[in-house]
Amino acid sequence: MPKQVEKLERVIIRFAGDSGDGMQLTGDRFTSETAILGNDLATFPDFPAEIRAPAGSIPGVSGFQVHFADHDILTPGDRPDVLVAMNPAALKANIKDIPKGATIIVDRDAFTNRNLQKAGYEASPLDDGSLTDYHVHQVGLTSMTVEALKEVEGITPREAERSKNFFALGLMSWLYNRPIEPTLDFIGTKFAKRAEIADANRRALKAGWNYGETSEDFAVSYEIAPAKLPAGRYRQITGNAALGYGLIAAAKLSKLPLFLGAYPITPASSILEDLAARKDFGVVTFQAEDEIAAAGSALGAAFGGALGVTISAGPGIVLKAETIGLAISMELPLVVVDVQRAGPATGMPTKPEQTDLLMVLHGRNGESPVPVVAAYSPSHCFHAAIEAVRIALTYRTPVYLLSDAALANGSEPWLIPDVADLPDISTTFATGPNDGDRFLPYLRDDQSLARPWAVPGTPGLEHRLGGLEKADVTGNISYDPENHDLMTRIRARKVAGIASDLPELEVDDPDGDAKVLVISWGSTYGPIGAAVKRVRESGLQVAQAHFVHLNPLPRNTGDVLRRYERVLLPEMNLGQLASLLRAEFLVDVASYTKVRGRPFQSAELADAITAMVRT
Amino acid sequence: MSGGNGGNGGLVQLTKKDFTSDQEVRWCPGCGDYAILAAVQSFMPELGIPRENIVFVSGIGCAARFPYYMQTYGLHSIHGRAPAIATGLATARPDLSVWVVSGDGDALSIGGNHLIHALRRNVNLKILLFNNRIYGLTKGQYSPTSERGKVTKSTPMGSVDHPFNPVSIAIAAEATFVARAIDTDKHGLSDVLRAAAAHKGAAFVEILQNCNIYNDGAWDVVRDNKENRLLLQEGQEIRWGDRGVRMLPDGTLEVVDASVGGLLVHDPARSDPGLAFALGRLTVESLGAVPLGVFRSVDRPAYEESVHAQIAAAQEKRGEGDLAALLTGGDTWTIA
Repeated sequence: MPKQVEKLERVIIRFAGDSGDGMQLTGDRFTSETAILGNDLATFPDFPAEIRAPAGSIPGVSGFQVHFADHDILTPGDRPDVLVAMNPAALKANIKDIPKGATIIVDRDAFTNRNLQKAGYEASPLDDGSLTDYHVHQVGLTSMTVEALKEVEGITPREAERSKNFFALGLMSWLYNRPIEPTLDFIGTKFAKRAEIADANRRALKAGWNYGETSEDFAVSYEIAPAKLPAGRYRQITGNAALGYGLIAAAKLSKLPLFLGAYPITPASSILEDLAARKDFGVVTFQAEDEIAAAGSALGAAFGGALGVTISAGPGIVLKAETIGLAISMELPLVVVDVQRAGPATGMPTKPEQTDLLMVLHGRNGESPVPVVAAYSPSHCFHAAIEAVRIALTYRTPVYLLSDAALANGSEPWLIPDVADLPDISTTFATGPNDGDRFLPYLRDDQSLARPWAVPGTPGLEHRLGGLEKADVTGNISYDPENHDLMTRIRARKVAGIASDLPELEVDDPDGDAKVLVISWGSTYGPIGAAVKRVRESGLQVAQAHFVHLNPLPRNTGDVLRRYERVLLPEMNLGQLASLLRAEFLVDVASYTKVRGRPFQSAELADAITAMVRT
Repeated sequence: MSGGNGGNGGLVQLTKKDFTSDQEVRWCPGCGDYAILAAVQSFMPELGIPRENIVFVSGIGCAARFPYYMQTYGLHSIHGRAPAIATGLATARPDLSVWVVSGDGDALSIGGNHLIHALRRNVNLKILLFNNRIYGLTKGQYSPTSERGKVTKSTPMGSVDHPFNPVSIAIAAEATFVARAIDTDKHGLSDVLRAAAAHKGAAFVEILQNCNIYNDGAWDVVRDNKENRLLLQEGQEIRWGDRGVRMLPDGTLEVVDASVGGLLVHDPARSDPGLAFALGRLTVESLGAVPLGVFRSVDRPAYEESVHAQIAAAQEKRGEGDLAALLTGGDTWTIA
């Protein structure tokens, strides 16, 4: 008898297990199956920095949250409707996020005395009544997996057990009516070198699906209709992947060879790995001896006429400051990507924060302005990368591109852009003298104040650049006080002037009579947008504005801020942009801050906004 | 910083004057850097490379002013970082002739990491280290090559640091070309520069340079006393005057009367670096002479050559990257 199918509008699932349990892979595959069904979705992988923390321990728990819906959604969701816990530690680490009434699926076989002890449980939560407020499914994931694989030859008992994540995936795929064919194909490719492992995983996946279909423990399965998204071709994309594509696209669009100087660092490394795999685009990736050399090599390449890019996270960015200062002085294009993570010092390498804003704006010696662009969603990383490159090339300046750990690893469906619609960001090199028969390296364009980019190999334009102060126009070394004052102001004016070339700050204020404005920048775009939606659904009015450009700020920023009675700015720091806006525009911007190394929950933001609207 | 007289295109018949920029040279009168600058400017036309294809990159320090005085492309960069910046430039532009000018503090202290990695990668850089055993630009503090016990402004009771030997560092860092010359020995310096320029990959040249203000006479023992110069010449016995160098069964070197025979014959292309390393450590104190010339010159693929070979191989195999195909790669779905 076919089981009952219920329709849902949206679901949030969190897969949690030991870092060796393959939870990221499981989550990723579930997401791919979901994407193909046409649901809107957003994911939040949350894993420890340790590659293998002690098995069964709380620090070793790795999680992957996916939110999917039949409508447009902005975040990976606040609190899961379903928790899949592969062991007691996974349950213990996540239970505080699970609302009462939610579904919990556990691997019963993993709830041994030893594992309970490692997780710090005195009694099994499956027996002590502590889970009575939840719908708990105790499933023998391990034992049924081993049973299903007993005919597979050439795998060890340990390897058979390790297929349990595919069993869990099969079960969840059945429960939410996801197609498993793409995952069967994926297994074939991923485990091509070990056919018996591929076979084991395929069997486990199917066994999980079949278990759902036959077990009386699961009476109902669920369907989530495709979301009504704009027409077009989609793919699922993470922020880091999108950022790498954006850099490749920018190189193509600017007709420059891409040179990436990088040193491995979480959570930026995958950009280096992705680009290293795209040598067919002529990309040079240079894994440097340190962060300083990563930046230096990119600047050296830029002097040679390449699109120089360096990537890192906060602890690496601090080391690049001197090179960025030199790029400011030499007025050469350079893109510096900061995938922000929780600090200070090593902080929490895999956890997101927005705490580098003031560092990238001000963390250098001297008056040293740098334009800053911030991505707001995984797929926006693509467009933000192109924008950062555009500014760097147009104005011959280093540019910061900010992302964070949540965007880097999080994913969403991406309406793949038509290459023909991407902006032309081509630039020109100096080809000959610009002042009679002389070449003046600091003779500027009247409009942009950019100086000519004369690359080695161009006859007659031989010139020397350095970090010593340069005389206006000639670029010769100068210690003249008036010249230094002038050059300092020109560099500031050049960066400030970029505002004339940026779109104005858009305000979303549907009725036009909101009293409260909520501001976002970076990855808080999602949770703040979702919170604003909720507040509006409750019948209140609130306006929202989002900053992509943080230096210079859009030219109408002051007007927008002053238009509202109250302004609220949630940030994953202690109020960095808020303090800048207050200082610059003398507007009483109220800060709402959390630095937990996790994205905001829309519910808490909705409460904060509601409180402000009501007072 | 005017660009001068237009390009010299394919017609490459240049003189020292063509490599002299219009900038006033601002080293202290009597500085050894003047001699090095003159030697380099005189040598450059020999290369037959158009000026626009030559780049001098420096860090910070007295030596680092060098690029301003060369009528080529140039970068006066950050303290210690010249090898890193030059690595990026040379890798992005294998068509250029890239020279790094550095000092003992710049290359061996703040920039030590970049130096050793540029050498091990064998990036096609010609790295000139002006070793005057002192910090000159900051007015006289001891450097990583200053001898132990050196009294300077920052070591009033004498330095307690043990110094580096630049040639030892370079050989240990897997350098494929290592040489030493003296600032005022124009002939010897030009020979070494010629060999360095002809070498494929990283070439490291230590130039013994006198700072007449803060460390005058540091190299007098070999700079002034020419009889203390031991010139290493390929295929020749390692000897000077009536003395020569032999190797003992335990691998150590000994100085003997040349007439006894059995002297080592210099072979910079020897694949094992041990002997070059041992020669690099000989001093007036240990040997009675300072070895000069090319210690080591071996073949290994240049870094940027290998990098671009991989790119060519990838493009050969997969065709030149197509952006639309990249963006639509992987699993996609269509919403009508």
